[in-house]
Amino acid sequence: MTTNIAPQTSTTPATEPKRTEPPASRKKNTEELSGSTGRRLLKHLLLTVFGIIMLYPLLWMLVSSLRPNDVIFREAGLWLDTFEISNYTEGWNALQSPFGHYMINSMIVVIGSIIGNLVSCSMAAYAFARLKFRRRNLLFAIMLMTIMLPIHVIIVPQYIIFSEMGWVNTFIPLVLPKLLATDAFFVFLMVQFIRGLPKELDEAARIDGCGHVRIFTRIILPLMMPALATTTIFTFIWTWNDFFSQLIYLTDPEMYTVPVALRSFVDSTATSSWGSMFAMSIVSLLPVFLVFLFGQKYLVKGIATTGIK
Amino acid sequence: MSALTEMSRLKKEPRAKKRKLTAAEKKEERVSYLFLAPWLVGLAVITIGPMAASLYLSFTDYNLLQPPEWTGLENYLRMFEDTRLQNSLGVTFLYVFVSVPLQLIAALALALILDRGMRGLSFYRSIYYLPSLLGGSVAIAVLWRQIFGTDGLINQLLALVGIEGMGWIADPSTALGTLMVLNVWTFGAPMVIFLAGLRQIPTMYYEAAAMDGASKVRQFTTITAPLLTPIIFFNLVLQIIGAFQSFTQAFVVSGGTGGPADSTMFFTLYLYQQGFGNFNMGYASAMAWLLLLIIAAFTFINFIASKWWVFYDD
Repeated sequence: MTTNIAPQTSTTPATEPKRTEPPASRKKNTEELSGSTGRRLLKHLLLTVFGIIMLYPLLWMLVSSLRPNDVIFREAGLWLDTFEISNYTEGWNALQSPFGHYMINSMIVVIGSIIGNLVSCSMAAYAFARLKFRRRNLLFAIMLMTIMLPIHVIIVPQYIIFSEMGWVNTFIPLVLPKLLATDAFFVFLMVQFIRGLPKELDEAARIDGCGHVRIFTRIILPLMMPALATTTIFTFIWTWNDFFSQLIYLTDPEMYTVPVALRSFVDSTATSSWGSMFAMSIVSLLPVFLVFLFGQKYLVKGIATTGIK
Repeated sequence: MSALTEMSRLKKEPRAKKRKLTAAEKKEERVSYLFLAPWLVGLAVITIGPMAASLYLSFTDYNLLQPPEWTGLENYLRMFEDTRLQNSLGVTFLYVFVSVPLQLIAALALALILDRGMRGLSFYRSIYYLPSLLGGSVAIAVLWRQIFGTDGLINQLLALVGIEGMGWIADPSTALGTLMVLNVWTFGAPMVIFLAGLRQIPTMYYEAAAMDGASKVRQFTTITAPLLTPIIFFNLVLQIIGAFQSFTQAFVVSGGTGGPADSTMFFTLYLYQQGFGNFNMGYASAMAWLLLLIIAAFTFINFIASKWWVFYDD
């Protein structure tokens, strides 16, 4: 039942959750609290209807991507009379390179970012959570503040630096910052998680003669797999969806990632072929949707942990 | 524990006394900086260095080709005459002030309905959460362009009930509204945070209240709402910061122009046009600092105001 991935920290006893009742009694009580059968049914009905309204645009896009163009403008329903796959083949080949090329580019950026975030954020998190050093609080506060920093304040000089290095139209400007733990959000998430792991483990390892590097790689890292999974999934989705920095750094069509390619597709075809545009939109959403399906547990825990007071 | 409460906690902690470090402590210090090395390099090279450079550039005229030329406060003074910039500020403020509260109300309402061990909770949560994962993508912006277009889905639906639609995105008075709808649609992320917060409230409070004969409304106003204020505060700060930085949706829906008639010209979109369209890097930097100041001011005001309405039980 616990919603946060890490137990609350020992340094903040005041925020310990006060929940004491066992899950079984809770279940019984909550069923009683939620009212009569009739009201429950009505509630489920309303929630389902509202859910369908929420997802309706997405479903409609999916269905429209399988319709001929002239039908898309007449059909608001979700029923398919014909099954038109040509939108997908046309859209796939509408740009200079097949759409798969852009997906591979996006994949390279995503995988690079994931590796970068996993390595650099976990190292920083270990230091903040477990090691003692002067100015730790100051540095930690700075790290927290960078979470809220808008990218616009650094993008211009960053662009100048990367362009001086000749790295515009490469993936380096998109991946290098991740290798340097600039996604402080994940450092914070991992700090929270490590604080929840029993300190006795490190102490026992230290008595056995382990140094910090070994404690980190042999004990902490294997135990923080859930936090690493959360980081992986969020990095995947955010990097895959990211548009602003990819738009700025990638101007050569060969280097386009999925969002930039999709956008140039929209501009070049204007409103003439919604079908193939929707088809490629669906293709571009598919990886995110799959990650969502398989990583749901970690997504919800990740977002809840960082939100708990 | 959110990053926000963590920060206020740090402020309160007393400063450690200065003294000589032992050999073991010195070693730990060295190891610490080894672990922090990537982050420290990133902080210097990717964050603080560029921030300083951006502050400097904001006082210059710089087009990437010639070296920056110091112009003092000119960029900042120019903002007072730049009506497009003022309009973009207005558009952004309107967007933040309308869509963030609506989004949070939707998130809280759904979280309240979904709370308390009901059947199918995780199923509903997934359905409502999915849009917030996709909402920032170009694909959804493409979809929105069609939905609110002249031949779009909305008008098809309106035609079914005999109402003649309009070009929602082509009309300056409704274009921004379509982007607000998109932002409200992504209420799933704050909803999940609300759900987690609701679970932290002990059920025995409600049992006691029910025994005293308190109505559901009263239970909400005396138990749920006060105990949830830290979470509301957290979501509010987070969503405001995020909404001020919105870019993709306006960029794609308007084809990069911020049109029609600058009605979807978000501040960040204008900044992008100035910096990466016209190569006015100095002006773009000044705009970025204005954005930072606005966001910082809002966060600060939120923190100050929170003293009156956010209830911490510790």
